Amino acid sequence: MKHPWYIRLAIHAALVALALPFCMPLVWMVGTSLKEDAQIFPKEVVTTVPEFLSQWWPNPFRWANYPEALRYVPFPIYLRNTLMLCAVNVAAAVASSALAAYAFAKLEWRGRSILFAVVIATIILPGEVRMIPTFALYRWLGWYGTYLPLIVPAFFGNAFFIFLLRQFFRTIPDDLCDAARIDGCSEWGILWRVVLPLSKPALATCGLFQLLGTWNDFNGPLLYLNDQTKYTLAYGLQQFLGAYGGEWSKLMAAATVFTVPIIVLFFLAQKTFIQGISTTGMKG
Amino acid sequence: MARRNNLAGWVLVSPVVVGLLVFTLYPFLASLALSFCEYDLFPPPRGVGAWNYETMFTRDPLVWKSLTNVLYYTALAVPLGIVMGVGLALLLDAKIKGLAVYRTLFFLPSIVPVVATSVLWIWLLNPQIGLVNTLLRLVGIEGPTWLASVAWSKPSLVFMGVWGVGGSMLIYLAGLKDIPASLYEAAVVDGANAWQRVRYVTLPMLTPVIFFNLVMGMIGAFQYFTQAYVMTQGGPLDSTRFYALHLFFEAFQYLKMGYASAMAWVLFIIVVGVTALLFRSQHRWVHYGR
Repeated sequence: MKHPWYIRLAIHAALVALALPFCMPLVWMVGTSLKEDAQIFPKEVVTTVPEFLSQWWPNPFRWANYPEALRYVPFPIYLRNTLMLCAVNVAAAVASSALAAYAFAKLEWRGRSILFAVVIATIILPGEVRMIPTFALYRWLGWYGTYLPLIVPAFFGNAFFIFLLRQFFRTIPDDLCDAARIDGCSEWGILWRVVLPLSKPALATCGLFQLLGTWNDFNGPLLYLNDQTKYTLAYGLQQFLGAYGGEWSKLMAAATVFTVPIIVLFFLAQKTFIQGISTTGMKG
Repeated sequence: MARRNNLAGWVLVSPVVVGLLVFTLYPFLASLALSFCEYDLFPPPRGVGAWNYETMFTRDPLVWKSLTNVLYYTALAVPLGIVMGVGLALLLDAKIKGLAVYRTLFFLPSIVPVVATSVLWIWLLNPQIGLVNTLLRLVGIEGPTWLASVAWSKPSLVFMGVWGVGGSMLIYLAGLKDIPASLYEAAVVDGANAWQRVRYVTLPMLTPVIFFNLVMGMIGAFQYFTQAYVMTQGGPLDSTRFYALHLFFEAFQYLKMGYASAMAWVLFIIVVGVTALLFRSQHRWVHYGR
């Protein structure tokens, strides 16, 4: 059923009007990162549309904001730290969650349903309830100031990933697993050779969510990192804001450098993003 | 039929069991115990009975302030997020050209890292030279001072939250795609116009997804922290001192770990209570198609 032309025109008009406030801030962020201070701080208040339009586009382009911003704070080190944390957390969280999800989806064992219900219930537990004893525990273990508090929990599974992977594994026919069993395949072999190769989209979704979570994580570094050489990009950007509050071109350059990899990742893995987020709303 | 295999099952979930015990059950119970103690990380915790809870309800006005702040934020941001998310999804469900482009434009802000979003919005909302007030001046309005204003600081954060609505929009869009075309066809046969089809077919069929977003959005909103920490540190005049922020300051600035644990448990009870209420309200308005 195709809409008549005037309905389509009205929908386009509404979408364009709504899309402007969604994309203008990002354009403004990149624009500011390329402006000279003289353009960012106009001598007179901008009150007319032509003045605004002349202020909108960077003139001249000041690319030097980027190297300068990256010199203010050691961003290459923060980037390296962040990438390292992302790599470890993605591998650990996906692997540990996949093992558990397989047991929940494809094996029958005493206590399975109760344990699954407990795992799912932890999703609604506010982090604040766990924060203080966990902090004390890590301090007692001597882990304060190290990466261990930001890495170790990933090895023990993620409730949300377990849920997503279990849903996906259940769509794989049991006959396939049984056939492998008859051929003498161990449970490990079935997981590794049958279930996981068929589950690449779901595994990619979990990996992507973990990557975004670690890249964006602010609370973990805020609580546990005290040495500047260990900071991550998210924490480094907040520290940058505290130290160089009014230097908008540099701040926006730093924010752009922090954001662009995620945008690039989105365009590379659009399908995984959209399907992954869409499935989070499905009924259990 | 899956095979009964107790050993393999428990071996595979053993990391999860250890994690539940060490990173969930232990801290869960320990924070309950700590909530009845005075504890500043150094000496062993000292029992003080219900003192912390009494302090919360009688001696610390900032608890009430932070609680009303978070209720204010939740009551605005969650419904507004649902209305915007569903509205955008409905528009994107139309059969027109260029949908993928629009979808990308609405979605992108939601994946901008939260610290970058916060830094960007401080700049957008700059009272003198920020984009928002500059645009308002073009139409002759002198905008408020936003984050520096007691009246506008929380609405500022609500607007910023709505800017990131793209993720839930995608969930609604997936929900819309799941509605069987036969329902719309039946509605057309019955003479329903476009508005009636949205009101009596689309929205009821979407209620399970709305319910999911409502519950998760509410739980998230009660824990609102990072944006306030980065942008305002609770100011001006405690107008953005949200509950989780107050809890964090009590714990890590003043080292009142016992008191903060009591606050965490009250938050936990509130979240469980509201979640239970929402689940009980389900039969009145959530339609699970069968």
